[in-house]
Amino acid sequence: MALVLTEEQSMLRDSARGLISDKAPVSHLRSLRDSKDPTGFSKELWHSFAEMGFAGLLVPEEFGGSGLGFMEAGIVMEEIGRTLMPSPFLATSVVAASALNRGGNVAQKSEYLPKISNGSLLATLAIDEGVKHRPLQTNLQAVRAGNGFKLSGAKALVVDGHVADLFIVAARTAGSAGERDGLTLFLVNPRAKGVAVERTIMVDAHNAARIELANVEVNADSVLGEVDQGAVLLDGVLDIGRGAVASEMVGLSEEVFNRTVEYLKNRKQFGKLIGEFQALQHRAAELYVDIEITRAATMKALQALDADIAKAASAVAVAKARAGTTATRAVQEGVQMHGGMGMTDQFDIGFFMKRARVCEELFGDANYHTEQLAKARGY
Amino acid sequence: MTDPKTSEAENDDLETFRGETRAWLEANCPPEMRKPATSDTDVFWGGRNAKFSSEPQRIWFERMRDKGWTVPDWPKEYGGGGLSAAEHKVLRSEMARMGARPPLSSFGIWMLGPALLKYGNEAQKKEHLPKIAAGLIRWCQGYSEPNAGSDLASLQTRAESDGEDFVITGSKIWTSYANYADWIFCLVRTDSAAKKHDGISFILFDMTSKGVTTKPILLISGYSPFCETFFDGVRVPKSHVVGTVNRGWDVAKYLLQHERAMISGMGERGVGRPLGQIAADSVGTDPQGKLDDSMLRGRIASFDVDEAALAACAERAVDLAKAGQAHPAFSSAMKYYGTELNKRRYEILMSAGGVDALEWESERSRQGARPRAWLRTKANSIEGGTTEVMLGIVAKRILDLPGA
Repeated sequence: MALVLTEEQSMLRDSARGLISDKAPVSHLRSLRDSKDPTGFSKELWHSFAEMGFAGLLVPEEFGGSGLGFMEAGIVMEEIGRTLMPSPFLATSVVAASALNRGGNVAQKSEYLPKISNGSLLATLAIDEGVKHRPLQTNLQAVRAGNGFKLSGAKALVVDGHVADLFIVAARTAGSAGERDGLTLFLVNPRAKGVAVERTIMVDAHNAARIELANVEVNADSVLGEVDQGAVLLDGVLDIGRGAVASEMVGLSEEVFNRTVEYLKNRKQFGKLIGEFQALQHRAAELYVDIEITRAATMKALQALDADIAKAASAVAVAKARAGTTATRAVQEGVQMHGGMGMTDQFDIGFFMKRARVCEELFGDANYHTEQLAKARGY
Repeated sequence: MTDPKTSEAENDDLETFRGETRAWLEANCPPEMRKPATSDTDVFWGGRNAKFSSEPQRIWFERMRDKGWTVPDWPKEYGGGGLSAAEHKVLRSEMARMGARPPLSSFGIWMLGPALLKYGNEAQKKEHLPKIAAGLIRWCQGYSEPNAGSDLASLQTRAESDGEDFVITGSKIWTSYANYADWIFCLVRTDSAAKKHDGISFILFDMTSKGVTTKPILLISGYSPFCETFFDGVRVPKSHVVGTVNRGWDVAKYLLQHERAMISGMGERGVGRPLGQIAADSVGTDPQGKLDDSMLRGRIASFDVDEAALAACAERAVDLAKAGQAHPAFSSAMKYYGTELNKRRYEILMSAGGVDALEWESERSRQGARPRAWLRTKANSIEGGTTEVMLGIVAKRILDLPGA
């Protein structure tokens, strides 16, 4: 497969870009933040996403979706990254939809996937417990009780957790923190007894929550996939999420870069356009190359996910690690080259820096993924 | 819209080609040729005085030559394999899969050939391309001069018109392997009154011509891969000019794109075994199997991330070119990154090797192969256009920054 977009993919990108740049430029995020919007995203826009087939982009057609692949999901994520649009697309349409589609039985798929596709159900994965992404350290306890389980523990950085209609909770049914065996995924109703949800206002003004489960009762039908053997399912779902976030970071990096290059072409100091200064030209050129390489690595990862999720781990680790270092560099250079303007809230560039920081932590930062690659290569 | 049926049929054909190619390579590539060359003498460069360093090297070269696969994507009429871009990609990936080394290394293949295919006339193509493909003539590149390095277009080697000939006088420097080369492709000034880019011609001549001398330059690696090359009234027929007289800069730039693509490839080319394993052998591992030098381990892992990402970008660059979406200056971007990465690779290898990597002369160290290779890589970001020149080209031609 060539690492260029097909004609169909280019059309998808154009229609996503058209909608997002028209309805959700950076000012959209700004107004949601400034008005302390209780939802934190536009429900109207989410309905447009559903109507265009984006909400169910990864959902098979038999469940009302578009049945497209991860490359296509990455294309939409990249456009979201360009304008920093807060959207349930990542948590619901990419991560949760993949978890349900890959791990769910027919009853579970039939119940949830059509609702994701038509935009009426929001879902999210609750995974992180400590300050860093460490899936195997999952310690939220699920103890057998009667015909089902009782869940107790806490989760952080639950994307869209304050508005979700369904939590997919990673829990420990056996073994202890750090072990691969003994992990199980559960479908949990956020309104069930014992569930406490605290919306966390984050640096990037996107949506997240902390949740606490205190002896939350779920029945046996709530198990997604196999009891104690959830690690494989989780690996795949997390890699899909990582590929998607890497795509968002590519879009974000490129947008910051384009804005910065425009600024270099217009801002005058010492009687010259600052873009004439070689010190800035070379840094801009280096950043351009970094972004191009990261874009290629990200496409490679999405392609690997489309080919065989079980074999995509290294390509995904490379992409997410590169996306982290590249986006960090892009936003730092963006602020620095904009000078004092870059430090003002009035100017958009800071929004990109804040979102990049959150994306870096989501599903593992560059250090985490660099470590994963070293482990995979056996040194 | 692409017709899905057509592309499906194309994919089937490609998979058939992949199967046949794999089988042919398995049957024809000698086991000795399935590991990387360990020294320059292990590389076959062709030419009038070429010698094979081993029997497997000869067999591998001759079999590949007979299929046209020394230059797989050149047209068959010029000695190539006539493969499509997609087939060429398959062949490359199948050769990489088994670790097969290139059967023939040549500046004729990497640099002159592409320029001749684009700018040469039919007689020039017929004369030179088949000899390049068959490894009969070894070429060198006469570009840099003592006073024209990064500012290549200020070159001063003169070509004076004299009837049907040009008479060439001047000197070149950093001429790779000029002392082994049979022919040279050379930039000369044919109009000294014109602006510096407008008076240059691209000309070909035999290194045995009267008036040509070469003198190897000893480098910090202890090797002499480059020469000073002197021309004292060398007489060359005007028919040996490629493209239009005084428009040689167009040819020169086009060729440089290929040269830069070639040099950037060094960053992707492993030295055989993964760095992590090489380092594990020398510095050892802890009970969990992790390298016993955690900072080195981190550097290697970061390198591996960047190397894998660059490989994806190189693949994408080829695909973009095939789709007609490539930026012509992108090879400068790849050259910059690939060479800097290769320097990183060798800094890591030196660190991993420790004391063992410091020996300069001994059988144990294969005559200091590692420190010499390490020092050689320092030229990567200088030759073919420095990193600073590459970044300037990206800033000017791709980013369109002012006054660059």
